[in-house]
Amino acid sequence: MGIFQQLTEKPWLTVEGKEPAEQRAFSLESPHVGLRVFLAVATVLFTLFLVVYVERMTFPDWRPLSEPWVLWLNTLVLVISSAGFHWAWVNADRGDLDGIKTGLLAGGMASFAFLAGQLWAWRLLVDLGYYDMANPAIGFFYLLTGLHGLHLLGGLVAWFRTSAKVKAEVGLAQLRLSVGLCAVYWHFLLVVWLVLFGLLLLT
Amino acid sequence: MAYVAPAEVEQIPPAEVEDVELYHAKSWVTKYVFSQDAKVIAIQYSATAIAIGLVGLVLSWLMRLQLGFPELFDFIEPSDYYQFITVHGMIMVIYLLTALFLGGFGNYLIPLMVGARDMVFPYVNMVSYWVYLGAVILLIVSFFVPGGATGAGWTLYPPQAILSGTPGSEGGIILMLVSLALFIIGFTMGGLNYVVTVLQARTRGMTLMRLPLTIWGIFTATVLALLAFPALLVGAVMMTFDKLLGTSFFMPAIVEMGVYLDYGGGSPLLFQHLFWFFGHPEVYIVALPAFGIVSDLISVHARRHIFGYRMMVWAIVGIGALSFVVWAHHMYVSGMNPWFGFFFATTTLIIAVPTALKVYNWTLTLWKGNIRFTLPMLFALAFIVTFVNGGITGLFLGNVVVDVPLSDTMFVVAHFHMVMGVAPLLVVFGGIYHWFPLITGRMLHEGMGQFHFWVTFIGAYTIFLPLHYLGFLGVPRRYFEMGETNFIPESAQDLNAFVTVVALTVGVAQIVFFINLFWSLKNGKLAGHNPWKACSLEWRTAHVPPRHGNFDDLPVVYRWAYDYGVPGADEDFIPQDVPPDRVSTGKGEV
Repeated sequence: MGIFQQLTEKPWLTVEGKEPAEQRAFSLESPHVGLRVFLAVATVLFTLFLVVYVERMTFPDWRPLSEPWVLWLNTLVLVISSAGFHWAWVNADRGDLDGIKTGLLAGGMASFAFLAGQLWAWRLLVDLGYYDMANPAIGFFYLLTGLHGLHLLGGLVAWFRTSAKVKAEVGLAQLRLSVGLCAVYWHFLLVVWLVLFGLLLLT
Repeated sequence: MAYVAPAEVEQIPPAEVEDVELYHAKSWVTKYVFSQDAKVIAIQYSATAIAIGLVGLVLSWLMRLQLGFPELFDFIEPSDYYQFITVHGMIMVIYLLTALFLGGFGNYLIPLMVGARDMVFPYVNMVSYWVYLGAVILLIVSFFVPGGATGAGWTLYPPQAILSGTPGSEGGIILMLVSLALFIIGFTMGGLNYVVTVLQARTRGMTLMRLPLTIWGIFTATVLALLAFPALLVGAVMMTFDKLLGTSFFMPAIVEMGVYLDYGGGSPLLFQHLFWFFGHPEVYIVALPAFGIVSDLISVHARRHIFGYRMMVWAIVGIGALSFVVWAHHMYVSGMNPWFGFFFATTTLIIAVPTALKVYNWTLTLWKGNIRFTLPMLFALAFIVTFVNGGITGLFLGNVVVDVPLSDTMFVVAHFHMVMGVAPLLVVFGGIYHWFPLITGRMLHEGMGQFHFWVTFIGAYTIFLPLHYLGFLGVPRRYFEMGETNFIPESAQDLNAFVTVVALTVGVAQIVFFINLFWSLKNGKLAGHNPWKACSLEWRTAHVPPRHGNFDDLPVVYRWAYDYGVPGADEDFIPQDVPPDRVSTGKGEV
């Protein structure tokens, strides 16, 4: 039943006689629904940062920043990381434990590499003399990359727990759920990064 | 707590509902302290919120002492006064009302009312409470750091919030911002639970339109909070950067004590937009659960189905959506573009339409109802009156031309205290009187309750009606003392003193409520099953109070939560889980 039909039901008329139906808004498993709700919240958070960023740009003291080249490399690494998790997810659907392990390992390692790369980018910026926080472009650069990094770190906690599950040889169904959640989260972080990076490049 | 053995509840037909695996506590600590049971978490949330709310109450007394009798109390310095104002506002809006409605009522009622054993993510739910507790503790700690708590006003506007002239600009403001960030993180964890439980864990037959309005209110408020709190988080994080790292997100070029600061180019207005993008939905984060709860209280205690259920649901959702496009009506005097003012005045007036619709529907629910003036009903009725009063002054302030002269006067203080202070608190009390029998198995004492109600209701009006008048006279808000003004008559001070005396009296009278809570826990009349004869599922548990896992067999829902006075039925209510062929009609069950 569509949402419109559900919300226009006249409950005072519909007393059910037979077996009342199951009620779930989404056929997804609840953790997946929970994750998506969380991602919606995170989307709002990043969107607000971007709105403030664009708004703050209109003030005369904005001096654009030239992004360090290493961000391109980091972007590639993050794509690999996201692909790794996706690979693990695909293999979880197939029931291939080795595939899951490979995917998780690749995804996790690439994530660490990404974080290291981001720190390197910060280092490069400092070497170039971009530490004058009074320039909002610089402040925003550290703020946005830092925030994205924090989200990735949070994801790595989930990655760690999922890896522990692989080691503990829990059932495949449970593994599939955990791996799936990781994959969705990493795809989200990739999209967020692409948007952030695009914005940083353009401005 | 008094346990009531299962009695007349065999009525619940055997259900074949796919059951969930439930976490079972193994020790006292995991059962009552680090509990994953939503009911225990609800009580933890409520107790913490009420405790910090009492701190907020005492802060308001201190403010009133200063306002009523300036120069009498040496221990209240101007900087103290600003700290009292700031923390009082923060506590009441966020740490008390938001936490109590969503963390307290939400946790207790959502699983029970939708027919679930618990929240969908019990562990995350538990963590949510402990993070909230951490936020509350940080807030308290901020009073004791050098410089004390922040005195920036609850809106925390930069630049003054982080400049050295403002009290608490050393450690206090940082702790405040961190505490807010923690609160938001904790709330998000809880909020995920409330939303996903309502979406995914409803029992069989519990369609969206069979949910009690309490759930609709809490659900929509949670969605609002999940979408609005990030704006506050963004503001808080960026202001922390400005303060600690010297960025200039919000800080303009500024001279302090004759010295140019390193800041430059930032926009304080940007913060105001962020703050109110959160701040206005926050009003409805508090109001929508109150709307929902009041709808249920009125329906149960007037023995009549809620009038216009669908309109009520749509109005809740509509108000929720509109609440995101009215924020700048808090900023008419900020110097923003006048066309903005026109737009926001229009949206503000539009939001009055679904709100008025709800008031009409409550009134029409009462029409020809079998009204019982129980304590929950008294509080619900008092809410309607108070909300209408507070809402009407909102229409005044929503118009730019009226707002400009009234801005920053006591009139504004009176308005928002009526509409989002007193009104929701009346619902909190009504809700507690209504659900205390479920939570503890015992009724609250009627006499003490009546005393509490009348003192609180009449007292609130005696406090806040005069403040409207003071506002018209031009008495400004946030002033430590009025000093000498030509346009404010001296008698204004007498009125201020009167308000202070009443505020202290009404505040102290709340002790009766707490005595009642503790006294009734042991000595209250046994409530038995369903003392109010309500239809919704929380009263249909096998045990009162409900145990871990809520229900023995998960209930199956056949009807909405408002089948009161159905023609032909023997009793004047048919619970949601009674199938049509088991409704007793005097000729035996059909």
